Amino acid sequence: MEFKLFDLSIVEYAFFVTSVLIILIGLYAALVKKTLIKIVIGLSILDAGINLLLISIGYLKAGTAPIFSPALVKNMPLTLENIKKLSEGMVDPVPQALVLTAIVIGFGVTAVALSLVIRLYRHHHTLNIDEIKNLKW
Amino acid sequence: MKKILVLSLLAVFGVYLAEVLFKIDFGHQFFLNGVKDFYLTASPDKLKVANVVTSIVVNFRGFDTLGEVTVLFLATTAMSSILYKGRHKLGERAVLFSSSRIVMTGSKLLFPAIILLGVYVFVHGHLTPGGGFQGGVIIATGFLLMLLSYQDYQVSHVVLSVVESLAGITFASIGLIGLLNGGTFLHNFLHTGVLNNLLSGGVIPIIYIAVGFKVGAELTGLIYTALNEKD
Repeated sequence: MEFKLFDLSIVEYAFFVTSVLIILIGLYAALVKKTLIKIVIGLSILDAGINLLLISIGYLKAGTAPIFSPALVKNMPLTLENIKKLSEGMVDPVPQALVLTAIVIGFGVTAVALSLVIRLYRHHHTLNIDEIKNLKW
Repeated sequence: MKKILVLSLLAVFGVYLAEVLFKIDFGHQFFLNGVKDFYLTASPDKLKVANVVTSIVVNFRGFDTLGEVTVLFLATTAMSSILYKGRHKLGERAVLFSSSRIVMTGSKLLFPAIILLGVYVFVHGHLTPGGGFQGGVIIATGFLLMLLSYQDYQVSHVVLSVVESLAGITFASIGLIGLLNGGTFLHNFLHTGVLNNLLSGGVIPIIYIAVGFKVGAELTGLIYTALNEKD
């Protein structure tokens, strides 16, 4: 089962181009925006871009999910040769496991950052970083 | 001026990042004899776990997952200690509007189904896509729905912390039992069973169920803290 769409050479890199663009958009928001909420949103977007990048590095053309489901195994005796044969068409599971970790950590970072933003807003009654003088060196 | 500077900086960064990435042959295996083959072979062969991602997260990199759960716990603790400012009263919360009767009845109907879906996702974490983290998040969304639609919906902080602590203790003690039985922390000391059975994979389903309870309780507590935050 071949995907004809990916036979174009430029389209093959669509995932990398998109993830680099998402990373740059996130960095731009984190560096340029003045509102604290927007900076946190920028960091979240950066996170999503990195996750997409890692997942697309592990991608295999026309590969299946790394799950030995009953539909895939089909009463085959699970000898080492059969497992090797089945696992050749599977995508890389290692980036997926790492991204699962990264998503959870990103969630924790976002939660703590947003609670700090709430605390700052309570104290200064503004979210503009130019008006919060304590943030300056 | 600052924008132009940042944009040129980002352009340079993007060009170099893209240059590195375009050397990678997209969609082809480029780590020959990598860890991928080891994991894909050892997971169905030795551990009898169908979902290879689960076996990596819980067994091969189980210590990593323990750290990850700890980070999540720390995030919850940090958030509630940062936002703590006196006890809130009933009805004093960030959601100031009252929901219509349709929303209230609908969420009451949907709530058990969402909880059931979450439990299904983390009980079958070693067979189908999903697992403890995903199931826990689904359970927390169920509680979020109830908290948004009912103004006086209460979640007991005591129950949440008891569930969370018991789940954490289960995870750590399974690791310690593995240390006593097999010599390594989180050693898979139970019988692994048959591939694609519900009771297979030794300690992996037990740990993922504990992780599901822990993540569900933590995220529910986090949502509850954020919603009841008193200005």
